[in-house]
Amino acid sequence: MSDAHESHHGNYWKIWAWLCALLVVSVAGPFLEIQAVTLITAFGIAVVKAYLVAVHFMHINVAKRYIVYLASTTLIFMLLFFAAVAPDVMQEDGSNWTKPAWIAEAQTPPTVHGGANPH
Amino acid sequence: MAEAVPAGSQDPHGGHGHHEQSFWSKYVFSTDHKMIAMQYMFTGMAMGMIGAFMAYAFRMQLAFPGMEVPLYGLVSPANYNSLVTNHGTIMIFWVAMPVLLAGFGNFLIPLMIGCDDMVFPRINRLSYQIFLLSAIVLLASFFVPGGAFGGAWTAYPPLSSEAQYSLTPMGSSFWVVAVALEFVAFLMGGINFVTTAMNSRAPGMKMYDIPIVVWMIVIASILFMASVGPLIAGAIMLFFDQNLGTAFYDPSRGGDPILWQHLFWFFGHPEVYVVLLPALGVTAEIIPVFARKKFFAYKTVLYTVFATGVLSFTVWAHHQFIAGIDPRMANIFTVTTLLISVPIAEMCFVYIATLWGGSITLSTPMLWALAFVAEFLIGGVTGIFLGASGADIYMHDTYFVLAHFHYTFYPIAIVGTFAGFTFWFPKMFGRMMDDRLGKIHFWGSIIPFNCIFIPLFVLGMAGQHRRIFDFNAYPDLALPWMQHTREFVTIALLVMLAFQLVFFYNVWKSLRKGEKASKNPWKSNTLEWTTESPPGHGNWAELPTVYRGPYEYSVPDREEDYWPQNQPS
Amino acid sequence: MSATPIATTRSSAGMPTGLLAVWWVIASEIVIFGGLLASYIMHRLAHDAWSAHAANTNTWIGAFNTLVLLSSSLAAVLGHKAAEEGDGAKAARQLWYTFAGGATFLVVKGFEWAMEISHGYTISANTFWSFYYTAAGLHATHVLAGIIIMAVVARKAARNVDLHHVELIGVYWHFVDVVWIFLFPLLYIAK
Repeated sequence: MSDAHESHHGNYWKIWAWLCALLVVSVAGPFLEIQAVTLITAFGIAVVKAYLVAVHFMHINVAKRYIVYLASTTLIFMLLFFAAVAPDVMQEDGSNWTKPAWIAEAQTPPTVHGGANPH
Repeated sequence: MAEAVPAGSQDPHGGHGHHEQSFWSKYVFSTDHKMIAMQYMFTGMAMGMIGAFMAYAFRMQLAFPGMEVPLYGLVSPANYNSLVTNHGTIMIFWVAMPVLLAGFGNFLIPLMIGCDDMVFPRINRLSYQIFLLSAIVLLASFFVPGGAFGGAWTAYPPLSSEAQYSLTPMGSSFWVVAVALEFVAFLMGGINFVTTAMNSRAPGMKMYDIPIVVWMIVIASILFMASVGPLIAGAIMLFFDQNLGTAFYDPSRGGDPILWQHLFWFFGHPEVYVVLLPALGVTAEIIPVFARKKFFAYKTVLYTVFATGVLSFTVWAHHQFIAGIDPRMANIFTVTTLLISVPIAEMCFVYIATLWGGSITLSTPMLWALAFVAEFLIGGVTGIFLGASGADIYMHDTYFVLAHFHYTFYPIAIVGTFAGFTFWFPKMFGRMMDDRLGKIHFWGSIIPFNCIFIPLFVLGMAGQHRRIFDFNAYPDLALPWMQHTREFVTIALLVMLAFQLVFFYNVWKSLRKGEKASKNPWKSNTLEWTTESPPGHGNWAELPTVYRGPYEYSVPDREEDYWPQNQPS
Repeated sequence: MSATPIATTRSSAGMPTGLLAVWWVIASEIVIFGGLLASYIMHRLAHDAWSAHAANTNTWIGAFNTLVLLSSSLAAVLGHKAAEEGDGAKAARQLWYTFAGGATFLVVKGFEWAMEISHGYTISANTFWSFYYTAAGLHATHVLAGIIIMAVVARKAARNVDLHHVELIGVYWHFVDVVWIFLFPLLYIAK
């Protein structure tokens, strides 16, 4: 479209191969059954994959700088939302209220593969 | 609407052989930004009349409980709830947003930045059609079994999510669907506004040559886009709670009702600024023109607005101080809420500084603009009481809150609209408005408005709670002086509504017999005043080039006291 | 009326109008998914018991769908490259591969959901499953919208019409892909 676009096509197959390799790692991670490893392989790799797609497929680094600011601003707003809402939502009781179902759930150990559990 | 819009007879494209358009393609399915602006504006005004009628019905019930309200009939408790809920919903989402953001945005952005249309005219048309559909869905909710939703415009669960409490199973769903559709319409419109203003400016128009109202509408659209997402997700969750038996907001089954309050107010508070900023922008255009003075501190205002925009995302939980949120959070939100009054106060000072030493003409648009600053100040100052969590514990859900936000929204949605409408009327329709009738309408709206809401502050301080259908059930709130005050308020409302007839008569008369407007009747600088009144299709025969900022009034050593943006020096 | 206004052809912000608008769409989508996923994550952190429910999701199907979407993104970006080289036919072919990927994703998802529902894991079974269906369903709606637009763009690209639309739908498609990259660990892997 414009001259800035001439040089930004990299080797897309290579990026794709990287993405697939990362996918294998993130699926394999939980088999070690160490929670920290699972979290890192699941979410750390998700961030890396998202970065690869955003930079190499969406060309966010070729686009104008304000696009990066725009995307990161919305992400920061979401972090803010999470930070301010989580203290309320994650509580089981607060001033003048309780969440009976949450307390009950915490007390009864769940059964894995237990089928449908309507409550 | 059809006869209200004079035909744009001149053909700017000269030899293109512009053929005559049918009624449908010209007024209904037009992609022209000016026509879409008119559609938004008149739909918004029609919805405004419906919202005002609702206010009339429930105010009559409050002043004269159990009375057969003329034109409405008996107001039952369920009706009362539906009326107050939909009054709030309509006035914010179907009046303030379409008129201020979409109406003025569509009309002004292309004209003020010097291009021929929006960048995506067909998406623009689609956004209006979705908006119209949303209005129809909302109004249809009054005719479904169970009646319209009555759980307040904030739609807190469980009242909104469970039919056993709301008793309006279909009405609640219609409400959620209508609001979600409206959001989709404004997302599409907002992306159009932002892209147009960023990309389609006239040659020579630099960032700081853009008129403030365009900046304001663009920033408002961005605020809307960045804040509405969680509520769209929340609306889907609420809809599933209502219809699919999920329990996102039901604490007895693993959900959390406070989540909805956060999702709602994360949008709901920036929404105040979404409608405030266009109104501030409209007044920012009017005041320099009628004070014949350069706008005071253009860049400072822009930085202030950026700061306001960012801060507006950090204050939302002040609506929830007594909902049982974490008290540590309440501290933080009190601080941010008090902080955000600083930039808004600064804007008021900037307007006053612009007036200082100017040669002021008190025309109708100027009166509205000045009234906006004055009345909004009262709304802002009372907001500081409510923003402090300690005071809010006492004031919450009383008529003090109600009077406070009417003192913000009335100046925004009504005063701001009339200011802009009377100011740009010559450009929209090619005729001047009757100034004398305009002033009668102005005083007939502003004086009763204060008579309505100042007494409500007093009643609120006395402990009068919101959302009560008949105060006789509460002896403490049914004292004679309180009942007399309520009657006074309702009579003031009737007077205010009666004076709106003057406005409609004025519009009707001016469209027929008003003096023909010249290109630039107010001797203003911005680009929309350099084309015909009304502008033809394509806006200019030759698109303008910009040489200077928009507020060069009374520049020394010039014969004229204004200096249009497109005039080469 | 239908002619493109001059406004659309200007670019004072230094970016093609369509691409700029797509980025704004993406910004507004980030907050839609962001709000939903933030709500899910805070519930998930508060409910240790949900890992038992999450154990009933099928990681292999999720992984297969991730692979499908990643590959369809590859096709989309190859289509973008072809479109910029002016090869409309090749761009259209790549877009149809992308289309096929999106369609496969939806079919697999349909089978997956049918299987889960038949086991009793319906949307109202538990708040975990409510979030599972809502988040994946919202994403699937975007996939569906994406492949419909993709088909329109591909048909035009084959005739060398509006080739710059190939990049626009591609950027949108990569965004849908990124959303899935986060949904996959959130719904399938964290158990």
